[in-house]
Amino acid sequence: MLQEFEFLGVLGAITLTIPVVTLIIAWLLRPKKPNPAKQETYESGIKTIGDTWVQFKAQYYIYAIIFVVFDIEAVFLFPFAVALRQLPLYSLIWAIVFIVLLFDGLLYGWRKGALHWN
Amino acid sequence: MPFDPSQIPIVQIVFFVMTACAIGGAIGVVSSPNLFHSALYLVLSLFGVAGYYVLLSAGFLAVVQLMVYVGAIAILILFAIMFARRLMGQGENQNNQQWWLSLPIVMILFAVLVGVVNTVSWPVSGAEPTGDTVMELGHAFLGSYLIPFEVVSILLSVALIGGIFLAREKVEAEEA
Amino acid sequence: MMPIPLSWWLTVSAALFSIGVYGALSRKNAIGILMGIELVLNAVNINLVAFWRYIAPTDISGQVFAIIVITVAAAEAAVGLAIIIALYRRRQTAVVDDLDLLKN
Repeated sequence: MLQEFEFLGVLGAITLTIPVVTLIIAWLLRPKKPNPAKQETYESGIKTIGDTWVQFKAQYYIYAIIFVVFDIEAVFLFPFAVALRQLPLYSLIWAIVFIVLLFDGLLYGWRKGALHWN
Repeated sequence: MPFDPSQIPIVQIVFFVMTACAIGGAIGVVSSPNLFHSALYLVLSLFGVAGYYVLLSAGFLAVVQLMVYVGAIAILILFAIMFARRLMGQGENQNNQQWWLSLPIVMILFAVLVGVVNTVSWPVSGAEPTGDTVMELGHAFLGSYLIPFEVVSILLSVALIGGIFLAREKVEAEEA
Repeated sequence: MMPIPLSWWLTVSAALFSIGVYGALSRKNAIGILMGIELVLNAVNINLVAFWRYIAPTDISGQVFAIIVITVAAAEAAVGLAIIIALYRRRQTAVVDDLDLLKN
């Protein structure tokens, strides 16, 4: 299994090395003369107002839940899709039952107005 | 091939790197004073576990781990923390009064577990996993595990309805 | 053949389990407790997959269990965090010591 992921590992090592090396070279070469104007979050931009940790709307969380649920649906349907040609035809009905049951939940959220952005 | 796996103990090196990620991340999760940083350490730990699955020849599970845990559950936790901004509690003590008691208890638990793990002789079989794992999973889900497959759908549906019902903005408007 | 013995995996899993239990016991905050539980579930999954690989690699059941554990963890996290959000709205806190509504 590791052999299959060897190229992924090599790719990861290269993609980590290039930016790190670049940052180190930049750190070695650059002059260091900090002053308050340079330390601002947006240099020569608008000053930030208020706290960085603003309160999120719960709406984001509802979308996250819907995403999680359909993410897992994909996890379960992917092996089914791979094996589809070898499976008997009635197994397609079970997969449709699976999707319909999940769609019920989404329909509930839709009817309750959870998908409506305000 | 750029390197010879029989010469370098590459599997062990990957194992130790992933252990550093998983265990180091886990320690960060339970010890960080800022809950937001805890959640980011959780991502590191989950990533290490995904690496374990690669080493254990369960490539599909590694992808599932990254997709569901790192991609979805960690985001869910981060959104919940950002919703309740006071939860982050910068500089505030995040431990309850019983933390000093739970530390030795957990250490004893770990010692007992390690003792058990190293005394039992596990019936290790030298067999290799056969065939295409994803294909076999598809057959399992639509074959001997058909009922769990459908129950999972009901579970997810209930979780979706319950989550939307509880987190909805309207609950506040109706009751205020 | 197997460069890493089974006991290494089980030891690492035991460590992750213990850290997760410590997180669940020592955190004041409900989300912190939930993150500890996620670590425990991950430790369980490492065990399941390690046993699948070393003891019954020809039987796919180990991986099926692991996927179902991940699913249940996701459902648990979604509903648990939704409860925490609903509580935070009403009580402005998620510290479990303050949430003793059922006590009285």
